[in-house]
Amino acid sequence: MEVLLNDFSPGLFVVQTILLLALIFLMVKFAWKPILNSLNEREAGIEEALAAADKARTDMQNLQADNEKMLQEARAEREGMLKEAREIKEKMISDSKEQAKLEGDKMLKQAQAAIESEKKAAVADIKSQVAELSVAIAEKVLKEDLSSNDKQLKLVDSMLSDIKLN
Amino acid sequence: MMQVSNTIKTLLQLLILCFSLQSFAISDTEPEGAVSGKEQVDAYILHHLKDSHDFHLFSYTSDSGERKHVGFPLPVILWSSNGLATFMSSEFHHDDNGHVIVERNGSKFVKLHSKIYELDAGASSVNFDEEHHATNAHKVLDFSITKSVVGVLLVGLLMLLAFSSLAKQYGKKKIPTGFGRVLEPLVLYVRDEIARPNIGEKHYRKFTGYLLTVFFFIWILNLMGLTPFGFNVTGQIAVTACLAIFTLVIYTVSGNKDYWMHILWMPGVPVFVKPILAIIELAGAFIIKPFSLLVRLFANISAGHIVVMSLIAIMFTLKESLGVAGATGLSLVLSFFITLIEVLVAFLQAYIFTALSALFIGMAVAEHDHDHEHDEAGHEVADTEDVRADFI
Repeated sequence: MEVLLNDFSPGLFVVQTILLLALIFLMVKFAWKPILNSLNEREAGIEEALAAADKARTDMQNLQADNEKMLQEARAEREGMLKEAREIKEKMISDSKEQAKLEGDKMLKQAQAAIESEKKAAVADIKSQVAELSVAIAEKVLKEDLSSNDKQLKLVDSMLSDIKLN
Repeated sequence: MMQVSNTIKTLLQLLILCFSLQSFAISDTEPEGAVSGKEQVDAYILHHLKDSHDFHLFSYTSDSGERKHVGFPLPVILWSSNGLATFMSSEFHHDDNGHVIVERNGSKFVKLHSKIYELDAGASSVNFDEEHHATNAHKVLDFSITKSVVGVLLVGLLMLLAFSSLAKQYGKKKIPTGFGRVLEPLVLYVRDEIARPNIGEKHYRKFTGYLLTVFFFIWILNLMGLTPFGFNVTGQIAVTACLAIFTLVIYTVSGNKDYWMHILWMPGVPVFVKPILAIIELAGAFIIKPFSLLVRLFANISAGHIVVMSLIAIMFTLKESLGVAGATGLSLVLSFFITLIEVLVAFLQAYIFTALSALFIGMAVAEHDHDHEHDEAGHEVADTEDVRADFI
């Protein structure tokens, strides 16, 4: 201890104190402050860049998910449209079939009705001709001498042959 | 720039040359002042451990048998009973035994065991008692530019040059190049491994400048102590005391309420124990902590120097029993490995001093009752700050 105290130089202590104070002051001003500030800045920059990269990645993922979703939607829409078209087609086919059937039926009915009416008209015509013929025959018969049987028969025959021609 | 590095190279070559000459001078067993024998080795080592007033490079014995010393003198600045006195150390003519008397401003000065004494009025030469203490002279306040001061100035200059050039690099580019690439990780190491964990995220920034300065100051001086210049700055108790007192002042000034509370009126103990604890805590804060800092650094570096020099001295203390080649080989091998260890110790002591300073500062600024994060149930969530506070 005595040796230590003897070795202790107060002058050196004072000089060292002054020099160390000056050194700390100069180092802080000219070295540590700019160095630490730049280091902090750089670290903040790196952190920012990392965060930005992270954000870009999540953005990218979101974008991809959006794309995927849109694609899915488009696909679903297309399928819907196809299905609808198919349905429409089927409906159109069945509709036209029905309509054709109806139309056919209708035409058939019309034809039948026309035939019926034609038939009726023909029958009526025949009836009227028969009546006219009958009247004409009767007239002729009345006009002729209907005394003999032969003559009557001849007359009828001739009349009938006339009629046949009709 | 090229010129500067060339000059540095030339200087280095010169120094290497000086070293070889110096070790030659030590191992030289010529008579008249050369070192040989156990007592002279002991004296040489003790002499080296002390600060010196001149920058001695090497000594040799000339053909005419005269002992020559090569080096350069340093200014001596004294505050004596007759005021300021300045002269160059060469006026003592390498005398260290109080024989040469230098007169300035009516005061007579002698150099005795690397210390400068002023002779009492009327005395014309130094008288010694049996223990070789001067009886008619007293010490003076010695502000000389000693070898240690030169070392401090040199380190300060080196640090300023190296780190201000690193600081300048950041203005131009994001990542430093060249020597700055070596310095930056060291700065980051001190900041992230010493300042940040010991002081805490909130306050560390304010003290990092001091810690960085002290770390590099001690480390470079320790390393310089291993060079053949023979600096022993961090082995000077005045220097380590100064460093320890800086730390003491910083943690005392920046101590918060909690810190003083824990020293003076510690919570959670019975009242009658509190004064006893306060005394212990005060002693711890103002005596034990700085003392542990200053003695650890001083003792480690001094011990390192003693061991290295003792192992070098094997070269001629064991010359008779092992022969010249044996003693030299043994000395070289041993001192080589112990020097490697000393390189590690140089870093380790700088680290320990800085880390302990940071720890003491951290204890003074620790916040024991800060806001905690709460989990969903409303319980406080322990954070790293708590762990640190518990640890401290």
